[in-house]
Amino acid sequence: MKKRQAIVIGCSAGGLTALQSVLPGLDARLGVPIIICCHTGSADVTILVDLLDRHASLPVVEASERAPADPGVIHVAPSGYHLMVEPNFHFSLSVDAKVAYARPSIDVLFETAADAWHDGLIAVLLTGANSDGAQGLVAVRRAGGFALVQDPLTAEADVMPLAGLEAAGADACLPLDAIAAKLNELCLP
Amino acid sequence: MDVEDIEIQLFVRAMQLRHGYDFSEYAPASLKRRVQQLVRTHDASSISELNSRLLHEEGFVARVIEGLSVPVSEMFRDPLVFRTLRDKVFPVLASYPEINIWQAGCAHGQEVYSLAILLEEAGLYERSRIYATDFNDAALAIAADGIYATREARDWSRNYIEAGGSHSLSDYYSARYDFIKLDQRLRRNVTFFNHNLVTDEVFCEAHLILCRNVLIYFTNTLQDRTLGLFRDSLVRGGFLCLGTRENIDFSPAAAGFGDVDHALRIYQVGGPGARALSR
Ligand SMILES: C[S@@+](CC[C@H](N)C(=O)[O-])C[C@H]1O[C@@H](n2cnc3c(N)ncnc32)[C@H](O)[C@@H]1O
Repeated sequence: MKKRQAIVIGCSAGGLTALQSVLPGLDARLGVPIIICCHTGSADVTILVDLLDRHASLPVVEASERAPADPGVIHVAPSGYHLMVEPNFHFSLSVDAKVAYARPSIDVLFETAADAWHDGLIAVLLTGANSDGAQGLVAVRRAGGFALVQDPLTAEADVMPLAGLEAAGADACLPLDAIAAKLNELCLP
Repeated sequence: MDVEDIEIQLFVRAMQLRHGYDFSEYAPASLKRRVQQLVRTHDASSISELNSRLLHEEGFVARVIEGLSVPVSEMFRDPLVFRTLRDKVFPVLASYPEINIWQAGCAHGQEVYSLAILLEEAGLYERSRIYATDFNDAALAIAADGIYATREARDWSRNYIEAGGSHSLSDYYSARYDFIKLDQRLRRNVTFFNHNLVTDEVFCEAHLILCRNVLIYFTNTLQDRTLGLFRDSLVRGGFLCLGTRENIDFSPAAAGFGDVDHALRIYQVGGPGARALSR
């Protein structure tokens, strides 16, 4: 079976609740980096990082410029910057124009992560009220990565998962409470 | 190797060999996005078509530089940074009879005017000279005009107040329909000119260098080289201010800088934690 090397997660409206339901279910032995882009609209992502860290089974940190995407750590995109993964699997930031009205943009994270990890990547698109991430999901699938979309019926806001499904389709479309188990199954030997 | 990645390498070579611009040490992920954006802007069918135009079409390189530069900025972005410059750095600058400030990668000049306003309010502007540089001539021209879309400027008044401004930002601009124009008196001690951080040399003895969100586009190697350039330009005890999410931990040249305020990325040559540099 294909070796999975990284997980990227995108969400917007309803994202905090969704992440609080998915992250605690992740196996603490997951040996891959997990990278989250969640639109919060706030100037500081520290609050989100603290909230998620309270319940997650793995450490949650703000992604740090130039640092490697460490395995077994959940990295969250800082506010006001696009978060990218470089070909050497280190993070970089940009303040380039918003993409799909957002910065950080899920498309930017997914596309650069697909360039870095190719078919080793798993991308998860959760609840959200805009269509950011749909183009990113197309790039992930084109690179041979695994696309997992939250079942729109279980999403607080269904625009984002619906847009993802319409643009890219998916390798799996699951209710929120089944997502962590699927990620564990895909990544654990 | 991916065809597009080959095209990008050829693009970088064409810029270098034909036009003397060196993008080989720009971080690959954002460089790739910007080149892809150039393809769309110029309605090209591929990066190879851009490459051909770069080699053969007079004047095209300037359009390309505009596209690779992406001069996105704001007035008083991260207000706390400007407030801290005023509270912690200005009192030291005040001890110099002449103050040289280098604003590197000034984009459309929003931060130049922000700094000029705070210097003016601190009574330091008369003895200050601000060198505002960028490698994008079109951006420099906009910076010199100081004209911005009102829609863009919506948050700037609040930023200014949070930065510790003592008037109202509207005292410094005139509003016309969809645009505001900054008071040109704020420019009287500012020199705008083209300077490429990759290839050009130190040109002044600076007391403060502001270079926010420019090095984020550079690889570790080029970031380190540029920090060395700043170190060479700064007087002993001079200040450096970078973007609030920049990381200089991987740069040997950064060892010469100590923290004034780590969270805000304000450093001082020889400040707390700095190590002596062997040069
Ligand atoms: C994102 S803007 C920074 C604007 C402002 N300092 C801020 O943080 O709001 C980056 C600027 O760096 C400039 N730049 C990029 N590479 C450069 C180089 N090699 N030399 C000089 N300027 C450069 C670009 O032209 C652009 O205007």
